[in-house]
Amino acid sequence: MPSLVDMLLNPSFWFSVLRVTTPIIFAAIAALITDKAGIMNISMEGTMLFSALAGTIVSALTQSAWIGLLGAMAAGVLLSLTLAYFTLELKTDVILGGVAINLFADGGSIFILYLLTGDKGTSVSLASKVLPSVTIPLIDKIPVLGAIISGHNALTYIAAATVFAVYFMLKSTPLGLKIRAVGENSSAAQSVGVSAKKIQYLSLALSGLIASLGGAYMSMAYLPNFSRNMTSGRGWIALAAEAMGQGGVLATSAASLVFGFADAMANALQMFSLPAELVGIIPYVATVIGLILYSVRIKNAKKRRGASKKPL
Amino acid sequence: MEPLLEARNISKVYPNGMAANRSVNFSLQKGEIHALAGENGAGKSTLMKILFGMEKPSEGELRLNGAPFSPSSPQDAISKGLGMVHQHFMLVPSFTIAQNVILGAAPRKGLSVDWKKAAQETADLSAKYNFSLDPNKRVEDLSVGMKQKVEIIKALYRGAKILILDEPTAVLTPQETAELFSQLFKLRESGITIVFISHKLKEVKAICNRITILRGGRNMGVFQVSDVSEQEISRLMVGRDVALKYDKDNIPPGDAILEINRLFLKNEDGKTKVSNVSLSVPGGRILGIAGVDGNGQNELARAVMGEIPIASGEIRICGKPATGKLQGVRQLETGYIPEDRMKQGTAGDASISDNLISIRLKSPEVCSKGILRKKKISALSESLVGLYRILCSSADQKVSMLSGGNMQKVVVARECSTSPKLLVADQPTRGVDVGSAELIHHKLLELRKNGTAILLVSADLNEVMELSDHLAIMFNGQISAYFEDPSQVSEEELGLYMLGLKKQEGIS
Ligand SMILES: Nc1ncnc2c1ncn2[C@@H]1O[C@H](COP(=O)(O)OP(=O)(O)O)[C@@H](O)[C@H]1O
Ligand SMILES: [Mg+2]
Repeated sequence: MPSLVDMLLNPSFWFSVLRVTTPIIFAAIAALITDKAGIMNISMEGTMLFSALAGTIVSALTQSAWIGLLGAMAAGVLLSLTLAYFTLELKTDVILGGVAINLFADGGSIFILYLLTGDKGTSVSLASKVLPSVTIPLIDKIPVLGAIISGHNALTYIAAATVFAVYFMLKSTPLGLKIRAVGENSSAAQSVGVSAKKIQYLSLALSGLIASLGGAYMSMAYLPNFSRNMTSGRGWIALAAEAMGQGGVLATSAASLVFGFADAMANALQMFSLPAELVGIIPYVATVIGLILYSVRIKNAKKRRGASKKPL
Repeated sequence: MEPLLEARNISKVYPNGMAANRSVNFSLQKGEIHALAGENGAGKSTLMKILFGMEKPSEGELRLNGAPFSPSSPQDAISKGLGMVHQHFMLVPSFTIAQNVILGAAPRKGLSVDWKKAAQETADLSAKYNFSLDPNKRVEDLSVGMKQKVEIIKALYRGAKILILDEPTAVLTPQETAELFSQLFKLRESGITIVFISHKLKEVKAICNRITILRGGRNMGVFQVSDVSEQEISRLMVGRDVALKYDKDNIPPGDAILEINRLFLKNEDGKTKVSNVSLSVPGGRILGIAGVDGNGQNELARAVMGEIPIASGEIRICGKPATGKLQGVRQLETGYIPEDRMKQGTAGDASISDNLISIRLKSPEVCSKGILRKKKISALSESLVGLYRILCSSADQKVSMLSGGNMQKVVVARECSTSPKLLVADQPTRGVDVGSAELIHHKLLELRKNGTAILLVSADLNEVMELSDHLAIMFNGQISAYFEDPSQVSEEELGLYMLGLKKQEGIS
């Protein structure tokens, strides 16, 4: 029986950490963008799930993985814009809106799946496509590191690129400045002619787009087809990661990696003769511990600087 | 000469039926500093918001340089050369000064903001008008006076030729006000036209060319400032003569209600804010605490209310040690008018009535067996609204809809109507119009007559001098002077103690 140390020393374990982190990172960055614009968007789970299904269907219909990916993106943006319409135009509570999206995606995806395939569980009967994996020349020759970094699905690299693009966008571009201003003090933004509504629409759309990549990853890379509730809480774990990252793009990505690590551990530990149920809760326990640490920190930070500035 | 900007017969009725402007005419000559005066709720901000494209007039027209002008948004007004510094600052706290200045009009370099140019242009503007701002400093670390300068630069950066300042001095210390005035003169020299909203008549007299007076949404007249006296202006603003002197009832002092012994307070970073302060206030007396803002007065008041922890020393209320918790202190029959009425004094989204009863939920009058008694509550609120002349459409109106003075009257009504043994009033009339201030002063004196001990913190020297039986002056966290009978001291002398140029012997 392999030991825990063997497992941690094995590059394939670390490869799998990156593999399982990919969807969490997408969703966490998606949540972060709207958070920056002052919107607490909790619809990651539903957006990913729906995009996962859309990717499968479109790729099966067109027989092209990339067009399938576009389909997934369109579905993600559409769902987010629906949420935007409800919260920004009709003034629905954004949390309730997010809950609605999640419930709709959960039931709706099964319904559509059943309509198309007659199956309520998986889409195996659809001849859907899978996005290609990429071997990075040169890097794949480096011992250990090559085995960890090279050979991932294209979306994993797109996730990494997204992290840096969003980091740059928020920090250095006029759009990022506007998003942050709207999130922090929307009347300040409005007083200089920045339309808060427009910025919030835009950030929700971006958020949907990025979350949809996480969804497509689930059904077109992580697994080769769609199955019901296949995101299994990753959208929620991503929210925890975003909360722990405290609004920082890089910190959020790091927190996602921590959760990815817990997830990979859970997968790997199944080889040991531990009860599967016990092992399966590891990522969720990690989430709860992370959130507790996070809220303790927030509370302390508030105590330190807040008393004078914060109302009672 | 043709006016630069003109408003003709402007009326504005808000969706809730409030007629904030009624056929107002207003005109601005190029290069003048024009005062817009009026009590809180007179409609000054509304009129300016109309000029700035934030509100649409219900009737009337605007003309800019003789041509019809109907700004559809602030953006539109900005592009036509208007700039506005709002009563409540519109800044993003975590941004630097430069980031706030360029927000929405950022210079670009490729995809990115051209940060170098942004900082440079901010620094240039700041240097041009002697603002001495560091573009890379975060706004949250700035004093109120500095924040205001950032707002002015923001407007100038966008090419403002007409600058509207909505009650700019309400939040400033006397020193900051003086500095602002010299900068406004500089702006006027460089050809910028300024609308200066204020109800401090001394200020209007000091810097303005002309004055327009609003009352109840109507224009009460336009004058050359040199042609009218302060008395005349205030009569037009308030509609009656405002007494600037009060009669105090001659009653004997009661037992010591508030006792402070060798009190030390530290802030979050461990810096000493109040050191070795000992004071006592008997029932039926007002102890004034004067001083330039930020010398520990606010911390002292908050410590009495249990809002900040005591580093060492002791506070006793009615002989009992104050518990160090606001709720605990409140149970000792203590009323509190906090410094910040918007953040702390009221819950903006709640109704006037909810705000009024929020400290009496334990009283059987308001709540019995866990159920609110709606009828009693609304009767109580109606009577307080009347008694304290709170200008509103009904007691169910949201507090955030009220003007500053009326918001403050809600706080005062709530805190004074429970006949507390001790009242802590921290800047009770800051940014409040003359009429409301007068009412608040009368209410404080009424409490005094009924035996309440009052701790009055105020940066307004007139106010503390008029109301206080005893007066302490704070400088740098210490009591620099204490007067049993402040009427014997001149303002100039007080000024010396306030600035720390003089200190009484044998004090702390
Ligand atoms: N958005 C609004 N909706 C309804 N009433 C308002 C609104 N803004 C201001 N008011 C009311 O209009 C009146 C004039 O307000 P304002 O123009 O702010 O006065 P001022 O600036 O002179 O103190 C006040 O009675 C105020 O309560
Ligand atoms: Mg106003």
